[in-house]
Amino acid sequence: MAQIRIENVRKDFGSFNAVKSSTFTIEDGEFFMLLGPSGCGKTTTLRMMAGLELPTSGEIYIDGEEVGQKPASQRDIAFVFQMFALYPHMNVGRNMSYPLLSQGMPKAEAKRRVLEVAKILGIEGMLDRPVGGLSGGDRQRVALGRAIVREPKAFFMDEPLGALDAEFREHMAEELRALHDRMGATTVYVTHDQLEAMQMGDKIVVMNHGVVEQFGAPQQIYDWPATKFVAQFIGSPPMNFLDFNGIVGKGATEINLGGVRLAIPQQLDGASGDLTLGIRPEHVRPSDAAPYRGEIVASEYLGTTQIVTFDTAHGRIKARIPSHHKVVVGDTTGLELDARTLTVFDASTGRALSSIANREVLHHG
Amino acid sequence: MSFSVTEPSNRTKLFAGFLVIGYAVITLLPLLWIIATGFKTPADAIAYPPKMVFEPTMEGYVNLFTTRTRVSPEVFAALPEAESWYERIVRDQGMVIAGPSRYGERFLNSVIIGFGSTLLCMVLGTAAAYAFSRFRVPLKDDLLFFILSTRMMPPIAVAIPIFLMFRSLGLSDTHLGMILLYTGVNLSLSVWLLKGFIDEIPIEYEEAALIDGYTRFQAFYKVVLPQAATGIASTAIFCLIFAWNEYAFAVLLTSGTAQTAPPFIPTIIGVGGKDWPAVAAGATIFLVPVMVFTILLRKHLLRGITFGALRK
Repeated sequence: MAQIRIENVRKDFGSFNAVKSSTFTIEDGEFFMLLGPSGCGKTTTLRMMAGLELPTSGEIYIDGEEVGQKPASQRDIAFVFQMFALYPHMNVGRNMSYPLLSQGMPKAEAKRRVLEVAKILGIEGMLDRPVGGLSGGDRQRVALGRAIVREPKAFFMDEPLGALDAEFREHMAEELRALHDRMGATTVYVTHDQLEAMQMGDKIVVMNHGVVEQFGAPQQIYDWPATKFVAQFIGSPPMNFLDFNGIVGKGATEINLGGVRLAIPQQLDGASGDLTLGIRPEHVRPSDAAPYRGEIVASEYLGTTQIVTFDTAHGRIKARIPSHHKVVVGDTTGLELDARTLTVFDASTGRALSSIANREVLHHG
Repeated sequence: MSFSVTEPSNRTKLFAGFLVIGYAVITLLPLLWIIATGFKTPADAIAYPPKMVFEPTMEGYVNLFTTRTRVSPEVFAALPEAESWYERIVRDQGMVIAGPSRYGERFLNSVIIGFGSTLLCMVLGTAAAYAFSRFRVPLKDDLLFFILSTRMMPPIAVAIPIFLMFRSLGLSDTHLGMILLYTGVNLSLSVWLLKGFIDEIPIEYEEAALIDGYTRFQAFYKVVLPQAATGIASTAIFCLIFAWNEYAFAVLLTSGTAQTAPPFIPTIIGVGGKDWPAVAAGATIFLVPVMVFTILLRKHLLRGITFGALRK
């Protein structure tokens, strides 16, 4: 089990820059999510940690040892592929014992280990079966088994649930997390699914265009996004943005949004010009008394809650409110924005301005 | 009456059956004729109308493997009783066996050159195809096109330069020379076919092996090769068939030591009249190795022909 440290890692494919100078640390035993849209460099980052790609520059430390230019076989890690990559010409048992035999472990010993792991995964009954006939979930269990038997320093998983159908994915996600909690192995997990990342991860790195946008615990990232990209990528529906032009002074506790004064967490940096106010849908509440007004343009029923869309002077915003709250499309109502949860972004850079509420989080990033 | 999209109607099946049988008759009849001729006497072989029913004899096969000579009637009469069945067949023609013919040698040459060049072609072709499929080879597309372009003219178009080249390199009429030549001709086909097969093997298998602690070569040997077996087998059949049947270069470049069976078989005709049964016997035996090889690998061949049509 090991700590993994990435320092200024960069990867170029010809003239294409896939990963731009990334730095972050994965603590020992963490379930760590690499999250981002496709093409953001998350898989490339993972493959560099695993040794399937070599970084153009920068260092990768596994357990304090610099392994950046070492081949995969010398890093003592396990990799679970999206398409499982089980050897099709071998049965389940052979697939799982293959990495052990490569280390020169005696056959009997390998067999014992495989059986032990198969029991944990509930696949001990299918060791003699060919992998071709297995269901997606069982294939994934075998792939996990092949990774686990080696007792490697770390597990790397590249969208391991991506090939499963939605219903089963949920189940496997729980199983994976439970397995991790039981073994406590450092796990790095690549996904483009923000819900999966929030559900399973101890820590999340959000990447976009080869850049690490934010790094932190799921709740920190959800509550205090460091950039507009993160705010939009995480959460469904995403964070609302109200664009305005104004000045936020250092130490300010309110902003002027089209003549309406709104309380915000005390700001630590000043900024002026094009700014954006960000607020999560669940922090918007219709209230007749509130001075900031919006017209109801749509309402989506989601069971216990509903998503109501308002047209305001600074753009559309969505609110998540209880279903029993009656709304009538066309009505204009006041909107109460929860002052403790607001984030102000510099619209030109997309970065969040630091305030007393988010400074802890931003300084980690 | 029910209709189905996937299951053809009985009438369609019947029609398809007739078509297949008709095609089989057209292609197999000459083959059957050759095999039958091998067991006829020279007189039966050229009989008109053609004899469908005849008394089979091994005369053609015996003549194929022996050289025979006439002796004066006195000597012939004084000979001791023929010891073996083949000697008797020769005596019945009024001749005696002078020695073995060169067919055995020529056949062995065909085996050495055909299988040798196929093996070499598979080793080089698989290695090259793997590199083209997996690595960032500089000028990859140009190289692949260049390799393919050697296939664009009939090989015999370069016969004269190759003849001169072989003569100055001392490769004329040698096994090595013919193996190299057939390998060269077949290599473009095998690189392209095998690249297609290897492209179809997901790279994750090798990456999994690399992570499991195997070297690149072990990953290739233990994971890629078993997966590519189908492709290698069907490519090998194509290569063998070409090298086995090749006639033009064999005539041009071989005479004594390295002559293969194809240029030898027609020369049988000239030995003591037109001995069609011996020619037919030679052709029949010549067919056997490729037939056996193809039947052994037919499962792979079938999959090879449809490769790329089905994912997985």
